[in-house]
Amino acid sequence: MNSRERIITAKKSTTDYLKEIWGFKELFWILAKRDILVKYKQTVLGIGWSVIRPLVTMIVMAFAFGKIGKLDTNTAIPFTLVVAPGVIIWLFFSQSLQALSQSIVLNSNLVSKVYFPRLIIPLSTIFLGLVDVLISIILFFIICIWYQFLPDWKLLLVPLFILMTFLAAFGIGLISAVLNVKFRDIGQIIPFVIQFGYFISPVGYLTESVRSTGQPWFYKLFVLNPVTGCIDALRWCMLDDFAAFNWDSFVPLVIFIVVTFFYSIRFFRKHENSFVDHI
Amino acid sequence: MTVLSIENVTKRYQLNQKGNSTDDLRDTITRWSNSLFKPSKNKNTKEDFWALKDINLDVKQGDRLGLVGANGAGKSTLLKVLSQITEPTTGIVRVKGRMASLLEVGTGFHPELTGRENIFLNGAILGMQKAEILRHFDAIVDFAGINKFIDTPVKRYSSGMYVRLGFAIAAHLEPEILVVDEVLAVGDADFQKKSIGKMRDVSNSGRTLIFVSHNLTAVQGLCNKGAYLRNGELIKAGKIDEVVNEYVKTVSKFQLKQKWADPNEAPGNDQVRIKSISLTPNQEIVVDNFDTRTPLKMVFEYWNMMDNAELNVSIFLYSMTGECVFNIGDDAKIYQKGIVRAECNIPGDFLNDGSYYISAMIVKDRLAPVFFFEDALAFDILDYREGTDWYGKWPGAVRPKLITVNSVQKELL
Repeated sequence: MNSRERIITAKKSTTDYLKEIWGFKELFWILAKRDILVKYKQTVLGIGWSVIRPLVTMIVMAFAFGKIGKLDTNTAIPFTLVVAPGVIIWLFFSQSLQALSQSIVLNSNLVSKVYFPRLIIPLSTIFLGLVDVLISIILFFIICIWYQFLPDWKLLLVPLFILMTFLAAFGIGLISAVLNVKFRDIGQIIPFVIQFGYFISPVGYLTESVRSTGQPWFYKLFVLNPVTGCIDALRWCMLDDFAAFNWDSFVPLVIFIVVTFFYSIRFFRKHENSFVDHI
Repeated sequence: MTVLSIENVTKRYQLNQKGNSTDDLRDTITRWSNSLFKPSKNKNTKEDFWALKDINLDVKQGDRLGLVGANGAGKSTLLKVLSQITEPTTGIVRVKGRMASLLEVGTGFHPELTGRENIFLNGAILGMQKAEILRHFDAIVDFAGINKFIDTPVKRYSSGMYVRLGFAIAAHLEPEILVVDEVLAVGDADFQKKSIGKMRDVSNSGRTLIFVSHNLTAVQGLCNKGAYLRNGELIKAGKIDEVVNEYVKTVSKFQLKQKWADPNEAPGNDQVRIKSISLTPNQEIVVDNFDTRTPLKMVFEYWNMMDNAELNVSIFLYSMTGECVFNIGDDAKIYQKGIVRAECNIPGDFLNDGSYYISAMIVKDRLAPVFFFEDALAFDILDYREGTDWYGKWPGAVRPKLITVNSVQKELL
């Protein structure tokens, strides 16, 4: 008989909370595995979709912004390579945001029937996008070989920026997940945000181009977008000396992550025990 | 040793009243912006609903606690609080040891995943470690009887297979406290028997069981302690038989006695008037409720307003579904003006458990109904059984002991 006593009340301490999450780490892996397994069940191409999506996006981006938008005329390296980090980040960010915001509602059968720390559900969504990121990066290497381009040591920092991208999505995603339980409007808003987010983030163009438009106020607003920070950072580390490190967008990104991370977790904890009453 | 103690637990839900009943974003924003200007007015629009009111209950190790009560009495809310799905508004629950709750079988099954994948998923959701699941894997598959379909997505399972697999996983959990809600409502008789057996094992091995069901027979057969909830309040806790009796007494719509002092107000016509009708246990021992063993005595009295009338009484007993179980009359005799008394004895070990009602008819000249006194009495017969491990509903309108079945060993192989 386990002599440890568990107390169920309206309040719980933070250390207990963290301990509990740690105690359920197995479930974390299982849920992540489930999401990945389920994603391509009953598809013909299966994991092939994780290759096709980034590949086609990169080609379309390179064509639309490079050839039609004539942005590729003054770049030192092939435009497809320039677009690649943007596409990797954007697909990961949008996928994570989407999965996070829907996570609680999609698992309502679990939430209303069994107990476990609810934070496990949104946390486990990271792996869904990570598989795609991994495949996209392999794709990036193939493109590098194709164009005979050699990235430098900075490539080792890629995981760090990928993690930061997830954290950037995590804050808003978590708050959306909570709100989505009560207001399904969020489920409508997020795809909409993702749709136009494409254009206000430097996916198919460079932050540099925005700076050189000669409208400083516009640039100042532009770098506040956390996705801009992520893409700039990834371009810096993946493309050798092509892009300089952009502190203008990196500092807002870090601030954004720190603020939303702690706020969203507090917000989540405050509401997680009433999910079942609204779901 | 007390393994679970519930102290002053309450649970409040807020109900939105009319006009505020929808919960979309627009309404909330409007309400919120309104409240900026006139904060006092919006306060009254919420109504509190107390799903649990100040519950205090201790459960000792090895107890098998049955929660009984009508729908909406707060049983499920209490289980939800115990299994931490929702928080109590106030109060504390202290739990010693690992607790697993089974509020629904097959919780968290993903239809696209195979049986094998779902065993691991569901096991983890219920709090099992991977090694533990591996250890029980074969037993789970056997218990569920799905060996052939273990690698088929569960969306292709029949609903029976689905439920069996769900229960099989939960049954192989080894918690110190097992919380079970109404699993017996699903599945066929064979499955119900299996699941009750498994819950017995849990309690026999010294673990604690908390069980909710509307099947009082199952609750009584399985549990030694009971708690009766009504409208969120704990009405009675203690020995299971006492608790169930209390519950049955307060909910059944018994009509065991009807009596009229004045013939002019009594039902009837100018030929006969009903004086009284009653149903009592026909035995020395005083009981609160009738069970299948109890012999019953019905006494029927009426005023006869006719001289030299040849009368007899005919008694109808109906099951709850309206089928007539029997209709028995006495011999016709000549009666003078005055009171006539009839008595009908229903032996014990004759009727099955269930709800019944009785109508009485007064017949003249052996053929003409004088008055039909419909739905005169209503009563419930509780189940009683011994020497069996089966707690499903006993079929049939009657369960007479005078009809017997005997088996002998006829030949040895």
